[in-house]
Amino acid sequence: MSRIAGVFAALRDQGRRALIPFVTAGDPNPDATVPMMHALVEAGADIIELGVPFSDPMADGPVIQRASERALAHQVSLYDVIEMVRRFRVDNITTPVVLMGYLNPLEVMGYEAFAEQASAAGVDGVLTVDIPPEEGEAFVPAMKAKGIDPIFLIAPTSHRARIERITGAASGFVYYVSLKGVTGAANLSLDSVREKIVEIRECTDLPVGVGFGIKDAAMAAAMAAFADAVVVGSALVSCIEANVDRPERAMAEIKALLTEMRAAMDAG
Amino acid sequence: MQNNENRLSDLPDESGHFGPYGGVFVAETLMEPLDELRLAYEKYLKDPQFVAELDADLQHYVGRPSPIYHAERLSRELGGAQIYLKREDLNHTGAHKVNNTIGQALLAKRMGKTRIIAETGAGQHGVASATVAARLGLECVVYMGEVDVARQEANVYRMRLLGAEVRSVSSGSKTLKDALNEAMRDWVTHVDDTFYIIGTVAGPHPYPAMVRDFQAVIGRESREQIQRMTGRLPDALIACVGGGSNAIGLFYPFIEDTSVAIYGVEAAGDGLDTGRHAAPLCAGTPGVLHGNRTYLMEDRDGQIIETHSVSAGLDYPGVGPEHAWLKDSGRANYVAVTDDEALEAFHRLTRTEGIIPALESSHAIAWAAKMAPQMDKDQIILINLSGRGDKDMHTVAAREGLKI
Repeated sequence: MSRIAGVFAALRDQGRRALIPFVTAGDPNPDATVPMMHALVEAGADIIELGVPFSDPMADGPVIQRASERALAHQVSLYDVIEMVRRFRVDNITTPVVLMGYLNPLEVMGYEAFAEQASAAGVDGVLTVDIPPEEGEAFVPAMKAKGIDPIFLIAPTSHRARIERITGAASGFVYYVSLKGVTGAANLSLDSVREKIVEIRECTDLPVGVGFGIKDAAMAAAMAAFADAVVVGSALVSCIEANVDRPERAMAEIKALLTEMRAAMDAG
Repeated sequence: MQNNENRLSDLPDESGHFGPYGGVFVAETLMEPLDELRLAYEKYLKDPQFVAELDADLQHYVGRPSPIYHAERLSRELGGAQIYLKREDLNHTGAHKVNNTIGQALLAKRMGKTRIIAETGAGQHGVASATVAARLGLECVVYMGEVDVARQEANVYRMRLLGAEVRSVSSGSKTLKDALNEAMRDWVTHVDDTFYIIGTVAGPHPYPAMVRDFQAVIGRESREQIQRMTGRLPDALIACVGGGSNAIGLFYPFIEDTSVAIYGVEAAGDGLDTGRHAAPLCAGTPGVLHGNRTYLMEDRDGQIIETHSVSAGLDYPGVGPEHAWLKDSGRANYVAVTDDEALEAFHRLTRTEGIIPALESSHAIAWAAKMAPQMDKDQIILINLSGRGDKDMHTVAAREGLKI
């Protein structure tokens, strides 16, 4: 069983939902990331989503765009991100790590080369927001061959046939984009998310995570009532941005927010 | 030709691919809206009423057909092939861009969209979008990089006069590619009521094919006009290539005419060897950006790098996927000329023919100046004069140390 499947199975037995924090690798500097990943785990993360910085993050709102810019100011490359995961794995062999980003850095490295290096470093899944399953003919098998789960997005605009196609290609979990918009937006509707997740569950047994626009403990708890996982990104990255020169403070704020979310989700 | 299954002119395939290029590389939220757009486009392209409305607009509003002009003094000065210019500079709004914005705006109306968005670099596509929005009574938002807003003040003012809202984009390199990113973010947020008018033959399927089809009127007219004027097809076509919409518009109707050589001219900026250029086909590598796989200006980590050209309209790190495939298949040749060569051509055409070309189009003239002297006097070069140079007065004057 993959690390991701193992985590979801264990949580299911405990009747709990996964908390998945997102941070951009190399933000605000390359040395901050591995300690931050350990801090996320201490604060209750079940899976970590690690953003791969990209020059043109079309699906991201301003907060995560600026995180990419800060990381790229240090020339953080996909190779560097993989190396960060390798260093994280020295002290943590249980928490799954999903790389999230855009396709082009993987295109340039080559799908096979990426899958091999990422897998060897201990990466468990990859979510490239700009590759729908239609374009995944070479990508999906290359990832699966090395035991990396290709994770795909499902959106409010995805109709039934698309959901079936996506869940057919995905493994690990699927990621429901809770709103029409970019990461960190503020137009989330709980009812429509609930309806869509019911529909997704009719198509697949894969766990369903929800993300985009989840900012606080109350919203996380509300989502945890019907999703298997809650992804929180912009709210955490905002803490990093507000404390670029004070890494301990950023880490403390993030831990406080995650701990609160964790408690609210587990209480629900 | 390398592709045995399809004629080049039959592409893209059903899923929007030109060989390995093109495709649909977007976040899931846009997949369904893109499919809706594709279906609407396929439907209305065959709808006689839509086609008649489009043709009438092109004739009465844009001023089509645009003429072909035999540049006799320029030809004589270069001492070789006869040079003919397709006068897209005479279109309403001063460039070929309006052919496409008219088509997409009519489609937006048919699809019941009330709001259009566009990205712009130099401002020509933004102006062309704001123009059709004004005419059709649609709300219009144009995204433009902060750097471009500063260097293209006149076009920003034109767009505002036309009732468009110009939103300055301060992310990334603050230029055209970032404006496109921001327009995509807007679209994903307002997909229900918004139509995104992409200005070039890039983006996810169906945009490269749709924009090409709207621009192909350039080549269709040219093919007929040049034969009427000279009794035969030209020996060579030349057009500048940024994203590549004016070029594909001219080239496409000639693709199966194998006697016609095709040259796309990219911006070599300070020179291809300096790295300060905007020539992905000549000096870039394949990758995925803005919804399609194509040649890109990128570093070895797959990050998109900044481009440079004296001509804002060529200042883009990607290129339409059909051009990528025309290059690989060998059907078209892609070359590049520097800023200095383009400026020299700008002055040359202005002084020999009394036609002030856009700096973009000046790149095509510059390549003709290299090619024509090597050719016989009875050979024919047809250049797409994609736009007029009024918008470039400040840039040209500034390079000569003048402020106007």
